[in-house]
Amino acid sequence: MRAHTFLFAALAVAAITFEGLRFLENEYLFFAGYVVLQYVVLATAWNILGGYTGYVNFGTAAFFALGAYTSVALGKLVSLPIPALILAGGVISGVVGLGMGYLTLRLRGVFFAIATLALAVVVQTLITNWDFVGGSRGAYTVRPAVVPLLGSYVQYLFLIMLGLAVIALAIAHAIEGSRLGYGFATIRDDEAAAEVSGVPTLRLKLVATTVSGALMGMAGAPLPYYVTYLDPASGFNLAYAVNSIAMPLIGGMTSWIGPLIGALLLGSVQQVATVSNWFGNHPEINLLIVGALLMLFVIAAPNGIVGLLGIEKRRSARG
Amino acid sequence: MTAPLLQVEDLSKRFGGFLALDTVNLELAAGARLGLIGPNGSGKSTLVNCLCGALRNDTGTVRFEGTVMDGLSAHQRTRLGMARSFQLPRPFTSLTVAENLRIPLLYTVNVRRGQPVPRSEIVAREAELLGLVGLAGKAARLPRDLSQVEMRKLELARAMAAEPKLLIADEAMAGLSHGEVDDILALLCRLNEAGITIILIEHIMRAVMSFSDRLVVLVAGRKIADGPPDEVVRNPEVERAYLGE
Amino acid sequence: MLWDPQLLLNAIVAGLLLGGFYAVVTVGVSISFGMLDIVNIAHPAFIMLGSYVAYLLNGALGLDPILASLVVLPAFFLLGALVYQVYYVAFERRGQESLRGLAFFFGLLFISEVGLILAFGVDYRFVEAPYIGPSLHLGFLDFPLRMLIPCAVSLALLVSLHLYLSHTFLGRAIAAVSQDPLALRLMAANPTRVKRIAFALSIATASIAGALLIVIQPVEPSMGRDYIGRVFAICVLGGMGSFPGTLLAAILLGIVESITSTFYGPSWSPAVAFGFLLLTLAFRPVGILGR
Repeated sequence: MRAHTFLFAALAVAAITFEGLRFLENEYLFFAGYVVLQYVVLATAWNILGGYTGYVNFGTAAFFALGAYTSVALGKLVSLPIPALILAGGVISGVVGLGMGYLTLRLRGVFFAIATLALAVVVQTLITNWDFVGGSRGAYTVRPAVVPLLGSYVQYLFLIMLGLAVIALAIAHAIEGSRLGYGFATIRDDEAAAEVSGVPTLRLKLVATTVSGALMGMAGAPLPYYVTYLDPASGFNLAYAVNSIAMPLIGGMTSWIGPLIGALLLGSVQQVATVSNWFGNHPEINLLIVGALLMLFVIAAPNGIVGLLGIEKRRSARG
Repeated sequence: MTAPLLQVEDLSKRFGGFLALDTVNLELAAGARLGLIGPNGSGKSTLVNCLCGALRNDTGTVRFEGTVMDGLSAHQRTRLGMARSFQLPRPFTSLTVAENLRIPLLYTVNVRRGQPVPRSEIVAREAELLGLVGLAGKAARLPRDLSQVEMRKLELARAMAAEPKLLIADEAMAGLSHGEVDDILALLCRLNEAGITIILIEHIMRAVMSFSDRLVVLVAGRKIADGPPDEVVRNPEVERAYLGE
Repeated sequence: MLWDPQLLLNAIVAGLLLGGFYAVVTVGVSISFGMLDIVNIAHPAFIMLGSYVAYLLNGALGLDPILASLVVLPAFFLLGALVYQVYYVAFERRGQESLRGLAFFFGLLFISEVGLILAFGVDYRFVEAPYIGPSLHLGFLDFPLRMLIPCAVSLALLVSLHLYLSHTFLGRAIAAVSQDPLALRLMAANPTRVKRIAFALSIATASIAGALLIVIQPVEPSMGRDYIGRVFAICVLGGMGSFPGTLLAAILLGIVESITSTFYGPSWSPAVAFGFLLLTLAFRPVGILGR
């Protein structure tokens, strides 16, 4: 499928989804839907690096929170519309991704993974110590009184995240069918052979890290407006770390469909579990289950649901 | 007299306490057919890795077409015209056989030309290469469906897809039958006649002897012989290296 | 800005003691990552497990925490063997260690943290022992016993492990197993069995390290994460499998962390370890003492 066809189809599906939810007149669906869509973006972003090139990023929370806190910091200086904040969050997280990659991607993949783990801890430390954005006490964000375009602010946020999800999926899909996608696949399969065939592996890995990080930052940018109170504990919540890996892994890492399936499935189930209070006083059981599923799939079904259902994607021969 | 295609000066490589290559000197003219032999562990693969940029040599210089290669990454050297096949085949396992050949076309040939290779030419070139190595019917297969021998052919075809000026074939014939060895030899001869310089690293003596116009022997990281094949095999030091091992 | 020399010297002393402790925390990874090339990022999880086990035995039976860790040592050894077996069957045997192995250990790390939160909550837990509290005084230098004793135990463990690995057949087999599995087979040692024992050994060290940790300070479940950066920074800086290198690197990190903590506040320590890690990876991946 060509890139603009896909984009058009995705926008159509998005529009239908949005109008459908408005028709149901349940505000909570937008509230919960925002979180699910957020995971679609995060899972897709993670997969661009992890699934396509094989480099594992354990620090999703860092890139995501950087986007959120960029919004908080900018919000204290000047009043900006959310799309501008998204751009800012994307730039900051993208630059950090680039920097991290530049420092560690010349080495074995495991060192990159370890560095991302350490990065998550460090960014959390830095932000917890940064009083300008509230430090450990957290920061309040006031939603604007006037809602652009729609009646409800939550609907506006949902629409924005819907747009981001479309963008993320379109990027992932476009990469897959392109020369870049081939390059990524060779890095995953055999980096030495890729180099010898002329693939500039370091440059491509940097592209992947930057795009992945930027998308994660963009997903985080609207967060302060969604939660209205943001503190490091919630910004760096464990849930982001495990879900952004579990969703692509369980959905399937070889194509853009996998993270989408994983995010929609796992995200929705977790939302239902929260609302229906399945786990009572212990919401962490939710994460325990996700972690267990992650391990189950990585051991027994490494190609995820996509693999189990036999949905094999064949690339188009574009030069 | 034109400059040699490849110049290796005082190349040394150490792994911790182990000296893998000891001041190796080599000059290769364009169009040559060089056979590189030596006992296991003599440093042949290390030499290839240093030439191609997979390893960084500790001392010495590698010059290709006059350009110093030190500091250039492997993909840059491939784009300049060096290509290699690996001793143990390393195909791209998630890509089809044809797609494996597409990678050098997408990342080396088009960069060299300065513009993308048209799709029709990609398809044609893939078919041509597959036919040359005898994998014509397997374009849509995955590498895991190929036999060891077929994987070696794919390995060679992928190196050829990069349109190299220098092709280093690292034990491309191991495990092949008599007839298959002849096929590969004929292929390499054809490539050489078309202008590609070839370094053949092999243990199959009859292949090396019949193919090479020059033989280099590496023992324990040092070059102990360099000359016409007939002379080299009668060199007493070479005899000792092979009989004594 | 003037650094009070007494404060500085005490910070250095504390850093030395801390570094000794960091060495025993890292030695398990020196074995699993440095020698076996298994990226066990879940090692801190086993250490936290060790801390909480020591806490339980100390609370229920009044056992000295370090003694308690020795009691459960066999259990940790078996746990390590089990984990390796799963890892081997699922990944190593199929040659797909990298991404999936990482995800596997990450899953372990994650599940153990969440499990500990569910079992013990997020409050700090501590142990009681006669040496937690008093300090040795040499002039103006303070040697808190709760740090001195773990440091001593750590050094003892390091020395004995080093001797074991260099002087017994099994020990040398472990050192050799990654470099030459074929030669190992010819010596009638099964590489898989050797690796399993080595990995089990590395997890067993986590039992002791965990007990030492809860002696040094109260613990809560998320602390494991802080140690990932530290442990791998020390392991890489120390030259991967080298024990002397690990000790040196650990002490270096301990001192820098201690000085930073004393003069800039303790919340910056994770950043120190990460800085170490990045610098090491960027400039000297073979470590201080070479390979």
